[in-house]
Amino acid sequence: METVTITMKNPPALYLEAEHICPDEFAGKTAAQIAELHVYEGNTKSTLGKYFEISGDAGATAEDTKIVVRGDVKKVKYIGMKMSAGEVVVEGSTDLYAGAWMSGGRMLVKGDIQAFAATAMKGGELVIEGNAGNYLGAAYRGDWRGMSGGKILVKGNAGSDVGMYMTGGEMVINGNVDVHLATHAEGGKIIVKGNAPSKVAGQMVEGEVIIFGTIDVMMPGFKYVDDVDLEVEGTTAKFAHYIGDTGERHKKRKGQMVYGNLYQKI
Amino acid sequence: MAEYIIKNGFVFDPVQGIKGDKSDVAIKDGKIVKDSEISKSAKVIDAAGKTVMAGAVEIHAHIAGPKVNLGRIYRPEDKLFTCTATKGMERTGSGNSIPSTFKTGYEYAKMGYTTAMEAAMPPLFSRHVHEEIRDTPIIDEGAFPVFGNNWFVMEYLKNNEVENTAAYIAWLLRATKGYAVKVVNPGGTEAWGWGLNCLSIHDPVPYFDITPAEIVKGLIEANEYLGLPHSMHIHPNNLGNPGCYQTTLDTLNLADGFKAKNKFGREQVMHITHMQFHSYGGENWGNFESKATEIMNYVNSHKNLTMDTGNVTLDETTTMTADGPFEHHLTGLNHLKWANCDVELETAAGVVPYIYSPDIKVCAIQWSIGLELALLAKDPMRCFITTDHPNAGPFTRYPRVFKWLMSQKARDERLNTFKNADKVIGASTLSSLDREITLYELAQMTRAGPAKSLGLVSMCGGLKPGMDADVAVYDFNPDKPLANPEMIETAFSRAAYVFKSGVQVVTHGDIVSTGNKRTLWVDAKVKDNPQVMRDIREKFLKYYSVTQANYEALGHHFIPNPYALEVDATQV
Repeated sequence: METVTITMKNPPALYLEAEHICPDEFAGKTAAQIAELHVYEGNTKSTLGKYFEISGDAGATAEDTKIVVRGDVKKVKYIGMKMSAGEVVVEGSTDLYAGAWMSGGRMLVKGDIQAFAATAMKGGELVIEGNAGNYLGAAYRGDWRGMSGGKILVKGNAGSDVGMYMTGGEMVINGNVDVHLATHAEGGKIIVKGNAPSKVAGQMVEGEVIIFGTIDVMMPGFKYVDDVDLEVEGTTAKFAHYIGDTGERHKKRKGQMVYGNLYQKI
Repeated sequence: MAEYIIKNGFVFDPVQGIKGDKSDVAIKDGKIVKDSEISKSAKVIDAAGKTVMAGAVEIHAHIAGPKVNLGRIYRPEDKLFTCTATKGMERTGSGNSIPSTFKTGYEYAKMGYTTAMEAAMPPLFSRHVHEEIRDTPIIDEGAFPVFGNNWFVMEYLKNNEVENTAAYIAWLLRATKGYAVKVVNPGGTEAWGWGLNCLSIHDPVPYFDITPAEIVKGLIEANEYLGLPHSMHIHPNNLGNPGCYQTTLDTLNLADGFKAKNKFGREQVMHITHMQFHSYGGENWGNFESKATEIMNYVNSHKNLTMDTGNVTLDETTTMTADGPFEHHLTGLNHLKWANCDVELETAAGVVPYIYSPDIKVCAIQWSIGLELALLAKDPMRCFITTDHPNAGPFTRYPRVFKWLMSQKARDERLNTFKNADKVIGASTLSSLDREITLYELAQMTRAGPAKSLGLVSMCGGLKPGMDADVAVYDFNPDKPLANPEMIETAFSRAAYVFKSGVQVVTHGDIVSTGNKRTLWVDAKVKDNPQVMRDIREKFLKYYSVTQANYEALGHHFIPNPYALEVDATQV
């Protein structure tokens, strides 16, 4: 695997839209060619090379390409967008839509990540060592197709509307989340090791949500079923099992009504 | 104005019966003229090895107005990755199935379309419709106000008052700057206000105690009383349900005995739109099948009908119709977001996104039916190609539909690779049809035919001297064997040159002028009718949420460049 290191040397005054910072776009290009890829600062079109120092050539394919992003990229959006393979490592924190629409490969953010990360993610792996923002793994605005595959790990906390319209894949949040977790979910699995304040899994029709901490206010559409023993991420414990959202339509599979399953550690 | 001579192209013009002869088309002062009438300074456009046709005419699309805009507003995801940046004189645009107004105008023009009809204008919102039409560059546009669920119409026709209905139509066309009488699910949309629908032509409309059959016949009669350029234009009852073809045949039968009366050369008394949605057999989605043969047997043998296809393009799109109850039914089927709107005394509308997936049997059969209809049409002057944009697919897919119709290889490839190919093939006769639509027939189905049906045959849809100089030149050589059907789609997606009323608007697929866009409307004069005028005043006072003075779409703001087709029914 070839490594391209890009280091912020000339931070933008406005936010930078840099969807080309992606192994699929870098693949087959030399450092000089990568520097020519375009970015937008506001409505001004410019090149990656204007902001970043680029060293190393990319591999022949996305799979053979690793991108290391150094320096302050808190104002850079779309890193790793639509990546299908390869690796991206962001050594600091980054802005909106990181890893959005990614379908494969691995992305690691050592700092925090802002909203809309992993929007409609289809596959691959996203690890955030800091905190994640709102709408992690959610659907794009207006859309009904959220994260459908792959895996997300957040070592810190996540914001609100995480996993909105999620239809598949798995998400683990080691810290707390804010309101509206897994709204409208139709599949997938979300594990929250911390707390979820309220509006958990509203309008969820299928899928799994597991909360280790507290839920301040349970949605009225969720019905307690029984207590179950589960092994989750290496921890075996007793969980209260709820089904819902009973206010929504539900599919039948093999004659059985399919519900969203919500587990809370007792 | 500039003069042009388009030289040595293969010309296809059904208006003059020209079938691919190599000849020249001369343009002067916005009109087609004889070659001898232009000067030596005329700019020469080399069309050698290219196909030359009149600008295409769109007879039915939803491209302006409140429900289109509702689609734009509630589907931000339709704009995702489909925005186009400013380029040359082109403004930025967005949207795929529901493009912004500017993008709509550019996309039509780039495909060689120069006239388009907005198929359903809610009269109360005609101002909004016209503001959007104004902001859609290049193409001439008209809009069809909807009449099939209108309180005035139902009250007059219940008492058989055709003359009053005609006077009301004339007033409404003038107030809304409308072009034709559009009927959507007659009576059914009003019944929806009671939570009901009219699924057959004999289901009575609650309160009004009139049937769809009576509404349709009355509107045909009123339309011919006035002698309007276009006929009554109908989206029949029971759209989109298995077995609906029977309702369609019943509806077609209502035109029996009526003859076209007008000075525009129109021969039909009923235009049935998006026939694909009305040609379904079977009792449920499991045994859903095509009844295109039955429908086309009827249409082929009845000269007083024209139709358009409503081809499914197998895309993700946005359905929108004044058939409010249908959209509610649809959201119950696909569980996607639903928007609905009631328009006071006049109509209603609904919007639901839809994905025509090639992996779903029903969608693939719908795709088959649309093509089957066009391929079974014996008279291409009476069967036009549409996608009922955006309902069966975006209009930008026309070139792909042309490819499927013009190449058996292309459509068989598609048909045989559906996930449920065996079941799909078994549900229609498409696999047995070897007809390939010729360029001449394509010109009939997209130019001369719709123009004639709309009563515009002396203006557009042809290349006869005296007609508007709407001309499209395509990079398509009919003399060369077709190596790959994709060449059809490529050529018709981006015309080499397009002229609109004599102005060159497209060069090599790029917009080079926003032309001289006009709004087409019909100014029908009738005898003074104090009763209808009083009824209108009264309804505004009693029921409408706006005053009559705030209703009319008039003036430069709404219609900066009007073109009225005049009709005089004062002597009837």
